Amino acid sequence: MSKNSNTTTTANGKSGTAQSAKKKSAGVNASLTREDKVLLYRDMVRIRRFEERSLHAYQQGKIGGFLHLYIGQESIAVASASLMGGHDHIITAYRDHGQALSVGMTMNECMAELYGKFTGCSKGKGGSMHFFAPDKNYWGGHGIVAGQTPLGAGIAFALKYKKLKGCCLCLLGDGAVNQGAYHESLNLAALWNLPVVYIIENNRYSMGTSQERSSAGAPLARRAESYDMDWDVVDGSSVYEIRKKLAPAMQRARDEHRPCVLEIQTYRYRGHSVADANHEKYRSKKEIEDYKQNHDPIMLFQQTLLKEGVLTDEKIDEIDREAKNEAAESAKFADESPYPPEEEIFTDVYWEVDHKTEKNQGRLFFND
Amino acid sequence: MPQITYRKALNDAFAEELERDENVIMLGEEIAQYNGAYKVTEGLHARFGDGRIMDTPISEAGFAGLGIGASMLGVRPIIELMFWSFSYVAFDQLFNNAPMIRYMSGGLINVPIVVRGPANGGTNVGATHSHTPENFAAYTPGLKVVCPSNAYDAKGLMKSAVRDNDPVFVMENTLLYGQKWDVPEEEYLIPLGKADIKREGTDISLIAHGRCVITCLEAARVLKEEHEIDAEVVDLRSIRPLDQEAIIDSVKKTNRAVLVDENKPFCGTSAQIAALIQEHAFDYLDAPVKRVSSLDAPQIYSKPLEDEMVPNAKRIVKAVQEIL
Ligand SMILES: Cc1ncc(C[n+]2csc(CCOP(=O)(O)OP(=O)(O)O)c2C)c(N)n1
Ligand SMILES: [Mg+2]
Repeated sequence: MSKNSNTTTTANGKSGTAQSAKKKSAGVNASLTREDKVLLYRDMVRIRRFEERSLHAYQQGKIGGFLHLYIGQESIAVASASLMGGHDHIITAYRDHGQALSVGMTMNECMAELYGKFTGCSKGKGGSMHFFAPDKNYWGGHGIVAGQTPLGAGIAFALKYKKLKGCCLCLLGDGAVNQGAYHESLNLAALWNLPVVYIIENNRYSMGTSQERSSAGAPLARRAESYDMDWDVVDGSSVYEIRKKLAPAMQRARDEHRPCVLEIQTYRYRGHSVADANHEKYRSKKEIEDYKQNHDPIMLFQQTLLKEGVLTDEKIDEIDREAKNEAAESAKFADESPYPPEEEIFTDVYWEVDHKTEKNQGRLFFND
Repeated sequence: MPQITYRKALNDAFAEELERDENVIMLGEEIAQYNGAYKVTEGLHARFGDGRIMDTPISEAGFAGLGIGASMLGVRPIIELMFWSFSYVAFDQLFNNAPMIRYMSGGLINVPIVVRGPANGGTNVGATHSHTPENFAAYTPGLKVVCPSNAYDAKGLMKSAVRDNDPVFVMENTLLYGQKWDVPEEEYLIPLGKADIKREGTDISLIAHGRCVITCLEAARVLKEEHEIDAEVVDLRSIRPLDQEAIIDSVKKTNRAVLVDENKPFCGTSAQIAALIQEHAFDYLDAPVKRVSSLDAPQIYSKPLEDEMVPNAKRIVKAVQEIL
């Protein structure tokens, strides 16, 4: 499930027919093979173990700056990536490690990026908030709240312009809905019938501010209504639920160029970033525990798959062991990798310089 | 004299001004209940309450513009940007509304706002969070720009900024928030537009603002101890208004200048200062004016490289040696 080339899901972009979106995506879960289900489960576990390992590295002082962990929200990235066909794309904010692993980026390149190493996915230039893998249709990793929301509309615009049958999943947080850029994007998407699905990952807080204290009107997705867009609210603790509602939304986007907004209810267990050490001040320990005990997407899916006879206790242990090993290996890889050489500061600024073309003249850099 | 942090000095400035003038209010993300992302507003919400210390949604254009609008009726908002990097989301309000309204109304309307927050790199947070837009702001007639280098200045300048009747953009520094300086308990103000000689010297003028002043002082120490060079360190304190006289006087005395700022070099603040020096002190110069700025690329994430990117004492010493 980690590669977007998987064929386990709805008809992928290239093979759309005139069937209604609903019909097409009906049974989006029923059609999953046992292997598919195990992969969905495994990818969630991999994300969690990766995040835990990166937190450890941060505490050791090997990673600095900001580190926004995805722990608790794994189902959203994994379910989203599992529905992506060859012409589907995904873009998100700074809480971007889960999406990266879900679309098939390796732990090694992700961990190395966090360490600021040359072997990282952006050669150590982007950092935690700025992962990219255009070869996997993953367009980042954006540090400015809601900055990615017009880009998501733009990717959808490009798909339509190029007559490609696909859609763009554009993820944002519950706090991001209050940025003007998001509203401008919704209007453009609706006005121009762009194949974009906005996914609000509603983890109930933007830093230390609860949804109630930052946003007028609920549910947040309902704001789509004023742009004549479809919207829905989804229980994010269930991978099946997310897939069930996301699949037809993506199909409508691909087939009919109808954008929509899905608000997926979720929760982050850790602070906003690792620096947010006092996150139990703005929410109660009890609340956090309740999510961990009763709504954890990994635990719930594990129970479902045990019931279905897809997973066994041995298999669960094996998946966990492998994920931990993979994460530990990635930390070792990152540790042993070199920092970028100093010349790298001035590469990747201009295409022209990197490609040594002589088309343009004049000075580009102004160092002392 | 008690030693307090840059953070506390700012906090005291706000408290004093909130106390003095009930038109002063504060707006920003996480500034009230969370006490500030960098704890600069700690305790103010508890003391002054919901009506005056207000948490905003993540809507920089909205709350910056709201602050400007309220100021037209005499409210005096202090608007926090969690980072100055986020001002780009509010560019129209901050760079097109705030500075133009007074002029376009023929002086009928004032915009007495303070917009403040950290503007610095060197913290390993990557390209989107490391901007230093004092040059953008100083470029814009109608705006004032202040970059305090230490706790004492931060407090005195902030209090003047709050009392100023024009928009004042104050650019702080996350790397300074935790550092301590002597700050007197009694009230004082520092006027905008008055530079401060942080170290007297005779051989060369190091001219800087914000944290680069601290870096210059470090370089000056190395220059003295290892090279017997006596550098003068001029702290501009505010970029606009600019204390041109202090700059020119210092250069006339030392006949050499190295300009240090964290802006990227092209059209950075020091470019303007270099132009002023050649215009007003050309005959006094014994060497070309040198500049040490951030390296000319988007801010790199990787920490060891970012440390090379922002001005450091090593680069300043090297620049001095090149012209002395
Ligand atoms: C324009 C802008 N303003 C403020 C910030 C600082 N900031 C980063 S994340 C964040 C909270 C966002 O919350 P939400 O959208 O709910 O996403 P979550 O972190 O919960 O995933 C804030 C205020 C920013 N990065 N960009
Ligand atoms: Mg949130």
